[in-house]
Amino acid sequence: MTLNADEAARFAALLEENQDALVSAWTDRVTTSLRGRLSHAELQRQTSELRRGFQQALAGTAQGISDAAAAELRAQLSELSASRARQGFSATETAVSVFAFKEAVLATLDSSGRNDATTLRDYVAFSSFVDDAALFTFDSYVRVREELIADQAEQLLELSTPVVKLWEGVVAVPLVGTLDSARAQVVMERLLQTLVDTGSPYAIIDITGVPAVDTQVAQHILKTVVAARLMGADCIISGIRPQIAQTIVALGIEFGDIATKASLADALRYVLAQTGKKGR
Amino acid sequence: MERVPILKIGDILLVSIQIDMEDQVALQLQEDLADRIVATGCHGVIIDISALDIVDSFVGRTLATIAAISKVLDADTVVVGMRPAVAITLVELGLSLPGIRTALNVELGMEMLARERATDGEDDDEDGVEDTETPAVPTP
Repeated sequence: MTLNADEAARFAALLEENQDALVSAWTDRVTTSLRGRLSHAELQRQTSELRRGFQQALAGTAQGISDAAAAELRAQLSELSASRARQGFSATETAVSVFAFKEAVLATLDSSGRNDATTLRDYVAFSSFVDDAALFTFDSYVRVREELIADQAEQLLELSTPVVKLWEGVVAVPLVGTLDSARAQVVMERLLQTLVDTGSPYAIIDITGVPAVDTQVAQHILKTVVAARLMGADCIISGIRPQIAQTIVALGIEFGDIATKASLADALRYVLAQTGKKGR
Repeated sequence: MERVPILKIGDILLVSIQIDMEDQVALQLQEDLADRIVATGCHGVIIDISALDIVDSFVGRTLATIAAISKVLDADTVVVGMRPAVAITLVELGLSLPGIRTALNVELGMEMLARERATDGEDDDEDGVEDTETPAVPTP
């Protein structure tokens, strides 16, 4: 059910006449639903802006939320949901902020004593307009949250795979966190690129920070080691905790002739002994 | 048909592959290299593939064959400069290039060859190959 021009105009007038009562009733309801996590003054500012947005949209005879006349209202709603999403409010709490407007309008209609059939029809039409607005808010909320998640995943990928130089000709990759296929790929590419850039013939992969090693993780590590060997560098796996060692044996994972050491210090000592033996 | 140049540096033959490695080119290189090893009497071969974007199974096998032929002619072969992307692709394909020794770059490859000759108990230090300068090189 969409608003026709008459209804929209009548509601625009109603929002104009009762603006103070509406804003305060609306703000009260939103404050209660958010349980004091935003200040009353802040909410009052938001609701009064939104009220003005609704009024302008209706005065421009917007039939629905997607009309050109409601463009400014849409922008306001997007901004509201974006800020709520960043502040960690739930989707319900964000949508309720818009739904509460209907209750506030109903209360205003009651107090003005208009309760004939025309008012009811008007109200139902207006109500569906607000519902659309709330749905739009919900959509933008979800969009903002998804952007946040995508950004964080990318940052995590960036942060979690440093390749550090330990010694002349020795680089190390301290792996922290679960190693899934995407991360393993990034680690592999970055390690191999670093080997080329620095000309280091030794790489130590330290798995102290990997919480669990299953066959898939082992597979990723083995692939990295084989690729490094193809390029002419040797890999040592270090930081194998007792529990992990037991898991590896229980799963029957074969590391073959790849050197494995209990700690990073052992691995470095091993590499230095190797270079000492072979260098001269 | 394009040919891959073979350069003699001291006791080493340097092959730097700068063109697409088609099957004919690979086979021609295999022949040329065998001839050159016999003609020059060199004891080391370095094949630089740092310009290669693609190493398929045929090229991989040709490289292994070249290494085997050189071994028969008493020359060690080192493949150097494989790109990370190439290495990853080979691993994903399950090709581990058995029988081929690798080094990260030409310099490390030359050191590796020099060390090989030194441990073989032969004194060919006059070949201009520096074998005592840098401390660290591995054999895979």
